[in-house]
Amino acid sequence: MTDTNQALERTAVPVRLRRARLGEQLRPAILGVVVLTLLTGCGFPLLLFAIGPSLFPHQASGSLLRRGGLVIGSKLISQEFTRPEYFQPRPSAAGGGYDGTSSGGTNLGPNNFRLRNGAAGFAGIRQLAEEYRQNNNLATGTPIPIDAATRSGSGLDPDISPANAALQIPRIARARGLSEGVVAQLVTNHTTGRQFGFLGNPRVSVLELNLALDQLPNQATPSRLR
Amino acid sequence: MRWLEYAVFLAIVLGSAQPLGLYLARVCQRERTVLDAVLGPIEAMLYRLLGVNPDQEMSAGVYFMCFLLFGLGCAIVLFLVLTFQRWLPGGPADAYLTTPMTVDLAANTAVSFTTTTTWQAYGGENTLRYLAQVVGLVAQNFLAGAAGLAVGFAFIRGIARERSATIGNFWVDLIRSLLWVLLPLALVGSLVLIWQGVPLNMTPYVSVHTLEGGTQTIAQGPVAALEFIKNLGTNGGGFFNANGAHPYANPTPFTNFLGMLAITVLPASLLITLGHIVHRPRAGWVLLMVMVALFIAGLVVCDRAETASPPQFAGLHVVGGNMEGKEVRFGIGDSVLTAVVTSNASTGSYNSMHDSFQPLGVLVPLIFLLLGEVVFGGLGTGVYSIVMAALVGVFLGGLMVGRTPEYLGKRIGSAETRWIALYALMTPMVVLPLTSVAVAVNAGRAGLVTNSGPRGFTEILFAYASCMANNGQTLAGLSADTVFYNGTTAIAMLVGRYGLAALALALAGRFAAQRRLATTAGTLPSDTPAFGALVFGTILLVGALCFFASLALGPIAESLGQSL
Repeated sequence: MTDTNQALERTAVPVRLRRARLGEQLRPAILGVVVLTLLTGCGFPLLLFAIGPSLFPHQASGSLLRRGGLVIGSKLISQEFTRPEYFQPRPSAAGGGYDGTSSGGTNLGPNNFRLRNGAAGFAGIRQLAEEYRQNNNLATGTPIPIDAATRSGSGLDPDISPANAALQIPRIARARGLSEGVVAQLVTNHTTGRQFGFLGNPRVSVLELNLALDQLPNQATPSRLR
Repeated sequence: MRWLEYAVFLAIVLGSAQPLGLYLARVCQRERTVLDAVLGPIEAMLYRLLGVNPDQEMSAGVYFMCFLLFGLGCAIVLFLVLTFQRWLPGGPADAYLTTPMTVDLAANTAVSFTTTTTWQAYGGENTLRYLAQVVGLVAQNFLAGAAGLAVGFAFIRGIARERSATIGNFWVDLIRSLLWVLLPLALVGSLVLIWQGVPLNMTPYVSVHTLEGGTQTIAQGPVAALEFIKNLGTNGGGFFNANGAHPYANPTPFTNFLGMLAITVLPASLLITLGHIVHRPRAGWVLLMVMVALFIAGLVVCDRAETASPPQFAGLHVVGGNMEGKEVRFGIGDSVLTAVVTSNASTGSYNSMHDSFQPLGVLVPLIFLLLGEVVFGGLGTGVYSIVMAALVGVFLGGLMVGRTPEYLGKRIGSAETRWIALYALMTPMVVLPLTSVAVAVNAGRAGLVTNSGPRGFTEILFAYASCMANNGQTLAGLSADTVFYNGTTAIAMLVGRYGLAALALALAGRFAAQRRLATTAGTLPSDTPAFGALVFGTILLVGALCFFASLALGPIAESLGQSL
């Protein structure tokens, strides 16, 4: 009982004497909505804009990557690669594929017939897996990592698993006239481990890796490379 | 390695609960804190501006009306911002805003963001102006979150006081929650997000020349302003359509981990706040442990379901767990952790597409939604969710052993029992009829554009469960931007917010007016593991009684179907 009385002394002033009435609450309600919306919807973002972009200008402007003065993409956003000399990202369900203005996944349930077998204009996992094997000269039935044949949640997943990258190395090396060892070394250099040693999954950033590939010396340069 | 991550996550949540809980208690009781020197003058200025006398207190009824009026005012402002967003200056260009901002979508979104649901029947990057996202949505993420915390404070005071006609002042609780809790944490957290790669700019969508010579347009915006507070305020609606799966919204495993902590630590700490203020610290820990037990159970089931090689893809020679709809940087571990955290804590900020989860993987978040956010729960609202569940347990336990039902020194009389029973039945009373109507009418079934059968049913049940729990997660295969779904989900969101808060505050008012009962040999102790087991069992029992039949038609049927 004494405990409670102490608590009461702290929390409750002689409240019955000064109770707020409902009729008095309209003014704080209206002003509260306006003032607090300004505080949190204008004040907070302005403060964040005043600090954030000056500390981290590259990140704040979208982690854009440039080559020869031209913006060639964002480090964080997957772009389409179809040519054999580039590592290929995961399949995408963002808009018509890799649409940076329309993120999203297939939302197909695993028991949905279309997810495995596809439909008109939509490649199922079976087809995606077969295409991946064909592109990489893998025999029918070769096991492949599942990220190579499934679509991500955003459709803009910039990464592939190291196992996925490893299966693509021979194709890249052949197309560029490089030794597999050189390409494999580059993949290793561009593999990000678990963050702080325990968070998330090891991964390979496709766009950064492909940029680095283009900069390797002594390769059979495809004409469009600078 | 993912088990280590799960363990570290829980360790941080439990480790921070005590210090944060005591800090929240100081905020709640207007005691001195380290931030007073900076925030005190702002607080005083806001009271003056609003015409609030901070020493004046409110009855439960007036407190609730203020909560309601404030929510209503916020909803009107947000509705106007959304409806007239086309006149707002700045990007993105009209060409990208392909989803029309109809009246029903604006109203649904206004209700959604002012109830912390943040159910999104639209995709951010092709619906909203930057300024609408900031002035409209960022503001509501703060305000709705702070209002929820205020109600949580009032509820705790109701239990702590005796023979008191009042439970606090809503405006004081709201402003202190904003200034002492949400704004400072959000500022630091948002800066960490920018450091990790979340954009913060107002530039038009960027057109880039891809390495293969094509072009790609990439959405931009003040993403970082929204992405941290959406988790901290237990709102969850993202800047982009893919929400936490989008690499701009959630670029690294660390941003994801931080987001999950932001969702969880405050609601978990509030149990310690409760225990501290009512002088029964162990009772707070017992409730927290009930939550942790339910959390771990969900985590294990969901993890098993998703990491197993998908039986549906047998014979395709693909190796690994279910990666459809998941991001490589998160893998299955982070995706499962996020599914379990977000479905628990009233926060819809998923980082993988739950509609592509295995049936048992979907079952876990769905159950958590239906249980009414008893595990951690929404900011402030979670504390009364779990106490209400405990009160049902007290009532049942009291019946079994023939003791006077009482909890934390408060008698559970017939009037109190009525509020508690009504509270416990509210979720089934709203979710089940709405689901039945949706599957019975064409307008409801028309939403099933992606999946059908048991998964389609699950999508609809999940939608109403999510809105009722003010969660906002979605099985996104459901096409929900229609007048039917915009209207019916809004009903669930409103009842889930104001209906439940009204009952909780009414009960808090009754408790505040009571004397405190002395602890006697006849008292069912509320701070023992046995009491925790009682609450745990009650939650599962009541949940199963209410929802087993519906779950059997959805994920359970789908799971059984695939093994036939």
